[in-house]
Amino acid sequence: MYIILAWRNIWRNPRRTIVILLAVIIGVWSMIFLGALMRGMETQMVKNSISTLTGSIQIHHKDYRNDPVVENSMNDIDKLDKALSTILDPGTHWAKRVRVNAIASNARHAGGVTLVGIEPEKEAKISFIGKAMISGRFLLAEDKNKIIVGKAFLKKFNTKIGNKLILMSQDTQKEIASKAFRIIGIFSAESEAVEKQIVFVPISQAANMLKMGESISEISIMLPRLDITGRNETRAAEKLIAAINDDTFVIETWHQLLPMMKAYLKMSGFFLYIWYFVVFIAMGFGIVNTTLMAIFERMREFGLMKALGMRPFQIIKGVVTETFFLLVLGILTGNILGFLSVFAIAINGIDLSALAAGVQMWGIPRILYPEIWAQDVVVAGLVVLLLGILVSLYPAFKAARVTPAQAMTKN
Amino acid sequence: MAIVETKNIKKTYKQGKVIVEALCGVDLIVDKAEFVALAGPSGSGKTTMLNIIGGLDVPDSGSVIVDNNRFADMNQAGLASLRLHKIGFVFQAFNLIPVLSAIENVEYVMLLQGVPKIERYDRAKEILDDVGLKGKYDRRPAELSGGQQQRVAVARAIVSGPAIVLADEPTANLDSKTGEDLVLMMKKMNTGKKVTFIFSTHDNMVMDYASRLVTIKDGLIVNDENRS
Repeated sequence: MYIILAWRNIWRNPRRTIVILLAVIIGVWSMIFLGALMRGMETQMVKNSISTLTGSIQIHHKDYRNDPVVENSMNDIDKLDKALSTILDPGTHWAKRVRVNAIASNARHAGGVTLVGIEPEKEAKISFIGKAMISGRFLLAEDKNKIIVGKAFLKKFNTKIGNKLILMSQDTQKEIASKAFRIIGIFSAESEAVEKQIVFVPISQAANMLKMGESISEISIMLPRLDITGRNETRAAEKLIAAINDDTFVIETWHQLLPMMKAYLKMSGFFLYIWYFVVFIAMGFGIVNTTLMAIFERMREFGLMKALGMRPFQIIKGVVTETFFLLVLGILTGNILGFLSVFAIAINGIDLSALAAGVQMWGIPRILYPEIWAQDVVVAGLVVLLLGILVSLYPAFKAARVTPAQAMTKN
Repeated sequence: MAIVETKNIKKTYKQGKVIVEALCGVDLIVDKAEFVALAGPSGSGKTTMLNIIGGLDVPDSGSVIVDNNRFADMNQAGLASLRLHKIGFVFQAFNLIPVLSAIENVEYVMLLQGVPKIERYDRAKEILDDVGLKGKYDRRPAELSGGQQQRVAVARAIVSGPAIVLADEPTANLDSKTGEDLVLMMKKMNTGKKVTFIFSTHDNMVMDYASRLVTIKDGLIVNDENRS
């Protein structure tokens, strides 16, 4: 009967109940919706970042990250190959790369680029380049003197497919090595900076130009599933470190390779919870106000209940049960609306291309697809429910403190 | 056998800066199955007396014993428990919980007492039949007349077999015919079920049904007349 009583009490004044319900619904909806936008942006930023040659895990020579030159290359590749084949879960892909800074030049322009020698077939499975070709063709392992460049690079160097490009860098003998490549394909990337900066050639061609023999600069590994917390990646990296057991190699996850991204994710999660709190503060005042109004209207009734022998804690329980129903109803409806609006937007995403320059600087995708995380839904619900019940304790205690004689004489 | 015994009850109220003496040393003994009317003009101290006997208010001095329970020895929880198990209340107005039906209002006290659901329902139905509300179990207070509402309140007050029922001007908001019907019904419960009633009134018709008429004036009992 307590439940029946609480349920009927909240509908005694339907207009007031609907107003406070709307406040809870809008609050919860905004938490879910904004959370989904932020999480969608985070996930896509991470996906873009790791598919832009970072991968889930990378293996380098221990000095390569501080000084990315050909001297700091990895030699004992068989040992790494063996460990990767046996340790990593099925569905994991990896590829070797030669990666050095170089100067690209043609008749009209010269500028710094990152020369990336790739295993074309394997690279296509782990990085953006597999789906990024917009013109010409992708590289083949047996291609000689062929190069693919970004769309923006083409414009910067005022060149086109079929034209030649000279690349210069320092080789393993500390001599300047140069080689002419012919452009055979154009790729497009989320970021214009990537299109301008990175050029791809087959790994054998890069190694040959730089006199690296069998040495490579890095191995990039892509795990089957992205874990934004980085825990899966850390576990896999730890297994590899134990299996390889060689301190000339450094094995790092994307969390270590992209510290700015890690910091952004942390900050973004913190801001999301601050937003939850701000929404709740506004909602909390509404809950207290409405509950207080309802309590004051029913003071004589509480007096009657106490006269009949109801204990103060039973009155508190009754008031809190009413708030619980209001909050649960609001949270459920807010969630349904939140899910529906997120799904509606997720069909086509939100086009941010008008803000392209600004968003690219931060690695934000051009089309933003919202994403609902279970933990955010649970946290939003719990914040509203627990804090809502907490703030309703004030009016509940007020109702419980009334003395029957005082309450029954009130008009 | 005394079911209520008060000795030298004094109670003052503060109204703004004025101290009002509501009771100035009241001694009253009520025996089991009595049908006592507290009469007197408005402000004479009838309601204060009933509130003190019911444990709803605390006297400044004096002692109250109800069914062998001395109030001075009890805390708030003890008084609440005594009200729940030993005392039934009927107020002048606003007696019922508006969102509960007639039968749910009667069941409510038994719910607080922890009576099982089926027993609760059967007893509530039976007592509503006794007070003449057969077939009106599911009506909400707003769907009942003033007299019917007071009958539900009486049914709720007596359903658990309390030691006493305290009724504060139960007929004040009723027309004379309905008021008389209600008093007759209370009298029937008093004689049939041996329920002790103490009720306040300033209605002569109601006083006529009392087996004992206690008149209070300016906080003192000025007359105590046995009419049985």
